[in-house]
Amino acid sequence: MPLLEVNKLSISFVQYVKGSVQQRITVVDELDFAINEGEIVAVVGASGSGKSLLAHAIMGILPKNVETTGSILYGGELLDEKLLRRHRGREIALVPQSISFLDPLMRVGKQLHTRADGEVQDKERDSLFERFQLGKHVARLFPFQLSGGMARKVLVSTAALGRTRLIIADEPTPGMHPDDVAEALGRFKQLAEGGCAVLFITHDIEAALRIADKVAVFYAGEAIELAAADDFKGQGERLRHPYTKALWRALPQNGFEPITGTQPARSSDVQGCLFAARCSSYAEDCKTKRPESREVRGGMVRCLHAT
Amino acid sequence: MPLEGSQLGWRYADGPWLFNDFSIALNPGEVVGLVGPSGSGKTSLGRLLSGYMKPITGKVILSGDELHKGSCHPVQMIFQHPERAVNPRWRLSKTVTEGWSPDEALLEALGIQKHWLQRYPNELSGGELQRCCIARALGPETKFLIADEMTTMLDAITQAQIWHTMLDIVHTRQIGLLVISHDHALVNKICGRTVNFA
Ligand code: SF4
Repeated sequence: MPLLEVNKLSISFVQYVKGSVQQRITVVDELDFAINEGEIVAVVGASGSGKSLLAHAIMGILPKNVETTGSILYGGELLDEKLLRRHRGREIALVPQSISFLDPLMRVGKQLHTRADGEVQDKERDSLFERFQLGKHVARLFPFQLSGGMARKVLVSTAALGRTRLIIADEPTPGMHPDDVAEALGRFKQLAEGGCAVLFITHDIEAALRIADKVAVFYAGEAIELAAADDFKGQGERLRHPYTKALWRALPQNGFEPITGTQPARSSDVQGCLFAARCSSYAEDCKTKRPESREVRGGMVRCLHAT
Repeated sequence: MPLEGSQLGWRYADGPWLFNDFSIALNPGEVVGLVGPSGSGKTSLGRLLSGYMKPITGKVILSGDELHKGSCHPVQMIFQHPERAVNPRWRLSKTVTEGWSPDEALLEALGIQKHWLQRYPNELSGGELQRCCIARALGPETKFLIADEMTTMLDAITQAQIWHTMLDIVHTRQIGLLVISHDHALVNKICGRTVNFA
């Protein structure tokens, strides 16, 4: 049984366009995926693809005006507010994207210490601080006194404790020095080897591939491919979705060839495949038919023509 | 005329010197990478070269003269976090035209859609916002650009799109470009030479 299971999760909110005209906007559309104990699943995609909303949905911290359908199971149980209250910050930990998640009026050390922490956790945290070369004085600082790089390390330390069973890391690495990225990724890997499940959300495919077992690729609110990390090789021949291939080939070390255009801001604006306007494998039916997810070569893809 | 930083030194208050006696020259039309550990002062160096800060020791020289502070500085800097480089309460149309009015051709080359300009910064993605900041920086008086981790926060496709456009423009206009980045693959791909900053 997977530790975390997301079934047909849709996230939408109502937006007012032109005064009082309402429009329901779907930002994540019928997402399915699962993550096992000891597994690292990376979620990659451009900003605005819905990656962070997924993190917030799992943690139960979406804004009030947002509506979700579908279900999220943790250890086979429905992950509702009650279960979240029990596990959030303990078994289930978030590495947030921004320092604004920390309480600005509380010293760093104090807010890292949760009520469930004993001496073991405090010791563990001290040694993490040491490994990240965060001096002892950092614990006494307020969040606004941290530099960008320091803040990242502090955020990673909040989650990387041994009692954690599920880590949701939302863009934990950008702006960090490569050595610290390696340290943070190494720590996630180590926790995974101890049985922890890690959901690693990032726009940095290269960082993702350094530790992930599987990679879910997001485009305009849909998971359009789930591939093994090993599928990202060569010219991307083993990748299934044309967008994933394009993303891979756009890396500086793989040709640096961009495709044109941008992802649609709202999936509701598009009738057929969300990628149709930019796709090199485009065919007539792509315009009218929204591809369902299906299995191809041991992975998942949402493309009518992938083989 | 090259942009020269001569024997530059910088530190915060009484802190240790981040760098001292550091010299660098950038020629028109040249694309140079600047790599080095974080905290080594790469961003501070960029700020000195673009006139945001005055060096504690040494000089920044352009066209043989020491740089003067005008309204449109010939050295423009583009930052890692575009959302922090724009006024959150201004529509993008105002931000983009802060120093000059970019023509249609440039907006199109940068893939900036007209309707973005009617929006506020928090309504645009990081990539969209960064394109606007680039347009703002490319005024007719711009001779040099300092790109500080300009695409670090962006996905690979957006990154490649922006760099291709940028390289075209600096090549055509013979703008000197300093690329500050921790991404060695990127620097190797686009820079003619690399300066190690340690
Ligand atoms: S469904 Fe059609 S347009 Fe969409 S990715 Fe597949 S081939 Fe391309």
